Amino acid sequence: MRNSFIAQNPSVLWFLMALAGFTLGVTLLSEATGIAFLSTSFVKTLGKTLCLCLIAVAMDVVWGYCGILSLGHFAFFGLGGYAIGMWLMYARTEVIVLESLAGQALPATPKEVSDAIGNQIFGVVGSSEFPWIWAFADSLFLQLLMVVLVPGLLALVFGWLAFRSRVTGVYLSILTQAMTLALSLYLFQNDSGLRGNNGLSGLQNIPGFEDTSQAVISIVFFWASALALGLGYLFFAWIVSGKMGSVIKGIRDNEARVRFLGYHVESYKLFVFTITAVVSAIAGALYYPQAGIINPGEIAPIASIYLAVWVAIGGRGRLYGAVIGAAFVSLLSSWFTGGGAPSVPLGFYTIQWTDWWLVLLGFSFVAVTLFFPKGIGGLFDRLVRKQA
Amino acid sequence: MSTLLEVSGVSVTFDGFRAINNLSIQFAEAELRAIIGPNGAGKTTFMDIVTGKTKPDEGTVVWGERNISLLGMSESQIAMEGIGRKFQKPTVFEDQTVRQNLAMALKNPRGPFSVLMHKKTKTNAARIEAIAEQIGLADQLRRTAGELSHGQKQWLEIGMLLAQEPRLLLVDEPAAGMTVEEREKTTDILREAAKTRAVVVVEHDMEFVRRLDCKVTVLHEGSVLAEGSLNHVTSNQTVIDVYLGRGHA
Ligand SMILES: Nc1ncnc2c1ncn2[C@@H]1O[C@H](COP(=O)(O)OP(=O)(O)OP(=O)(O)O)[C@@H](O)[C@H]1O
Ligand SMILES: [Mg+2]
Repeated sequence: MRNSFIAQNPSVLWFLMALAGFTLGVTLLSEATGIAFLSTSFVKTLGKTLCLCLIAVAMDVVWGYCGILSLGHFAFFGLGGYAIGMWLMYARTEVIVLESLAGQALPATPKEVSDAIGNQIFGVVGSSEFPWIWAFADSLFLQLLMVVLVPGLLALVFGWLAFRSRVTGVYLSILTQAMTLALSLYLFQNDSGLRGNNGLSGLQNIPGFEDTSQAVISIVFFWASALALGLGYLFFAWIVSGKMGSVIKGIRDNEARVRFLGYHVESYKLFVFTITAVVSAIAGALYYPQAGIINPGEIAPIASIYLAVWVAIGGRGRLYGAVIGAAFVSLLSSWFTGGGAPSVPLGFYTIQWTDWWLVLLGFSFVAVTLFFPKGIGGLFDRLVRKQA
Repeated sequence: MSTLLEVSGVSVTFDGFRAINNLSIQFAEAELRAIIGPNGAGKTTFMDIVTGKTKPDEGTVVWGERNISLLGMSESQIAMEGIGRKFQKPTVFEDQTVRQNLAMALKNPRGPFSVLMHKKTKTNAARIEAIAEQIGLADQLRRTAGELSHGQKQWLEIGMLLAQEPRLLLVDEPAAGMTVEEREKTTDILREAAKTRAVVVVEHDMEFVRRLDCKVTVLHEGSVLAEGSLNHVTSNQTVIDVYLGRGHA
């Protein structure tokens, strides 16, 4: 069955081969496993980019295929990051606390250990009590479960309320923006239990691997991100092909018609919204250990809008388009904003790209929407058609 | 003949305008019926009510031998009860092939999970081909629906209805924009379909209605003005005044 699925969707095979080639290339060029041509921080950038590609693929499924312009999927990405960050921070602090208490004459009681960890983590927000949401933070397994469950449940409840009342189009987009804004504002508060605007930090230090260098950790996370993107791509390609794909594209093009064919449109939207939210969360859980820090600013409404821009520029309704858009725009963006791009002296004024990049992005978005509605991915479609 | 659908005393008001006014109408099992009437008579709105798109302010809509009320049901539930609908403007999924359009409509479990796990079978393929044959699109199955001619799209939509295997088919202006040959063929498809199920056709074109050769209901200002054979209703003076007199005949 797999065989016939791949045979019917040759682009999936091409994509997986390209991804495998890219992974191999980076591996051979990295510090830890290759000739050290690529710096560890650049390997991290590439690994993070793969995570962004994964959430872009999810966004393409919910928007490009199902027609739901969600402007809130970065909230799920962030929640995934927070969920894994809680374990990373807890376990890492526990290691440090146990080390510092080891010198004492009397062994520390569990209560003392827990208080000390609490003090370390929540000192910045003037507290030392563990909020209830940290109940599972000491268990990697449970916290990994939270990566999937918390965003999944949020998406399920939010989606159920929104789709049941038949909120569609712009109103739905606004509602998803409101959701991500509310979540980010809530997390900014010191008593949110997640360290307010400090967020969670030190996430690049993996507990139990204190002696492993960041070069090795970075390449392992890069592999994990590549694997997640490959599997996510395969999974979504399977979803959007076949009859499920027919129905969700039908919902995008004419919701009422699908309804009168006897399909319960709301269930389908809820299904798509929720699984894409879960995959977004997984992408976030892989992203933030590579970024090292997560704070509520990451969940700001603008992040989800960028996501839509990536997918639009890459070309929606084709999964590889989403990957191209996310990789291209996010790498370009870090080049421009990171000071990589040379300034343009105009005599009377000098264009500093750190300031002007967003303007350029805005113009590109408008240009793509007007002149290349199929995005960059649309160029590939032409190639394929010429071959056929 | 037993009653399949019974609409009684139904009224709908849009912003103070009574589009349907105390409408009562019945359809029997496996009957072919034409509904005619001037623009704005409420023909489309009547279909909206039966298919659950519009909720009436008063009245009842009762379905089947178990006398179920359709009023509390969602569009998809009503469709699953066996009522199929063709829209006034042809609506097929233009991005997808004729085969995919028909496959989506084919009577099969409709839940997300069954659809996700759906496998193509020989039986389904044969059903699709039989329907394509019936609507004259047997050699077009691989084409994208958007490339079809206007008439072919109308047939595809009728085919999608047939694929649902409904007991009642509501067809809104199937012949609009069709050539004379296409109209003839459409009549044949509908008459054939009506042998095994009830088919209700809304149409302005009198020639088309004459060829359907069935009982006719005239709607006017949201209620039934006359009912009977085409000759009977067209000789009715009120019908002539409100409808035929305005150049539709
Ligand atoms: N959603 C709505 N909101 C407001 N008015 C409506 C709505 N739907 C229908 N109407 C009005 O109700 C009346 C009946 O409309 P309907 O579409 O049922 O007519 P029809 O008999 O199908 O006409 P036609 O032959 O032009 O298709 C019209 O005056 C129309 O403007
Ligand atoms: Mg109408």
